Amino acid sequence: MGKRLGALALGILFMTGLSATEYIQISPARQAELRNLLAQDCGSCHGLRLRGGLGPPLRGAALAGKPASYLAATILFGRPGTAMPPWQPFLTEEEAVWLANLLLEQP
Amino acid sequence: MKFYPFLLSLLLPLQSFAERGTGDLGLFIERASGSVQLIETSGNTALGRIEGLGDLSHASVVFSRDERYAFVFGRDGGLSKVDLLEKRLVKRIQQGGNSIGGAISQDGRLVAVSNYAPGGVRIFDTETLDLVADIPATYGERGERSKVVGLVDAPGNRFVFSLWDAGEIWIADLKDPQHPKVQRFAQIGKNPYDALITPDGRYYIAGLFGEDGFALLDLWHPEAGVRRILPHYGKGDQRLPVYKMPHLEGWAVAGRRAFVPAMGHHAVLVIDMETWQEIGQIPVKGQPVFVMARPDGRQIWVNFAFPDNGYIQVFDTETLALVKELHPGPAVLHMEFEPKGEEVWVSVRDGNEVQVYDTASFTRRATLPAKKPSGIFLTARAHKIGL
Repeated sequence: MGKRLGALALGILFMTGLSATEYIQISPARQAELRNLLAQDCGSCHGLRLRGGLGPPLRGAALAGKPASYLAATILFGRPGTAMPPWQPFLTEEEAVWLANLLLEQP
Repeated sequence: MKFYPFLLSLLLPLQSFAERGTGDLGLFIERASGSVQLIETSGNTALGRIEGLGDLSHASVVFSRDERYAFVFGRDGGLSKVDLLEKRLVKRIQQGGNSIGGAISQDGRLVAVSNYAPGGVRIFDTETLDLVADIPATYGERGERSKVVGLVDAPGNRFVFSLWDAGEIWIADLKDPQHPKVQRFAQIGKNPYDALITPDGRYYIAGLFGEDGFALLDLWHPEAGVRRILPHYGKGDQRLPVYKMPHLEGWAVAGRRAFVPAMGHHAVLVIDMETWQEIGQIPVKGQPVFVMARPDGRQIWVNFAFPDNGYIQVFDTETLALVKELHPGPAVLHMEFEPKGEEVWVSVRDGNEVQVYDTASFTRRATLPAKKPSGIFLTARAHKIGL
């Protein structure tokens, strides 16, 4: 799973001139759902503006140096031993990579 | 010249607000737009919106003892004082970087805020919002600071709170506000996530995320220390993922039974408050977030974490039977009973509505448009310990 995610994330990075969030094919309606999920449901621990809460901040410097594949894996599989749950039942790999890139692209 | 201001006041138009009491008023949070709406429960209507309160994700409210002012605690560390009669923001301060909630003291003179960053509790004068005391939640040999959760007021002008990172409970005695006396209880359990105090102000109970069970402190006998209750409620069952932390606000009590959310199990735990033993579990639809008793104690209302957050289940506290399942809409975040329990207010975040239900017939009495509503707070909280 991790390898596939890495390949997916790297493939987007090297093979296209587009940003990853533009490249991954997700319908506008689903994108709106994912943005709402990120702000509201991820936001219930990470803060509505993702500046942190019980969970760590997910903006800017907080994610510096973390590859999209790593973030996507965290989203899908959670972080055992912490409060971060696995979102795999509700997200595809492509959606997780899209969300990871959305996090990396925001200021 | 001395009479001049008096004459001037005669010339001014009538006050912009009608003379009225505030006992049937309340606020609900609009978490994404930094606003609150003022509501009244006699006719179930909205009276206006107050804006400019900052990041209100996970915001909460306490009320002054005269039920005129609301203190709103924002996620961004903002503390706002709102005048319910004049429908305006009186004052707003930036007291921390990232905060989670607050409490008002027994004497009504102090408002305390629990902060994630910088970890600790700050205490302000309710009149002026001037800083009165700062209590950093430091722990360990390197003096790290812990996120603070589960802050409540307790009799004796005390505040009690829990340290998420440190696994501690602290009592801060503010009888002399300039010199708070802090009593620490260490090793109370891993990652307390929230806490409550019983309505009589005697027992403080913190829920643990990092392990099964609750930490119980008897404030009549703090010398007896903190003890663990319900240490094995999961009975070795695999914990399910938790997509939203449960809350322990309020204390769902009926007779000697208390009802609290399980962590990582789709169950409400039933506790005997005389023996502090688990006497049962009610299987429920998902991970419970709020377990709230109707004020008469006959029903408990339960809402759930994602992905079951479109539902409310209502149980009879005598038989533990499911009496009603409601589907108010996407993302039910909070429920607030009117003081005598005949109606309950429900926020439906992604439905952008606040709904009012009759708790006997379960029919919907009112629907109010709202922008991403979350917590609902009625002024009757002003006279309850821990709310």
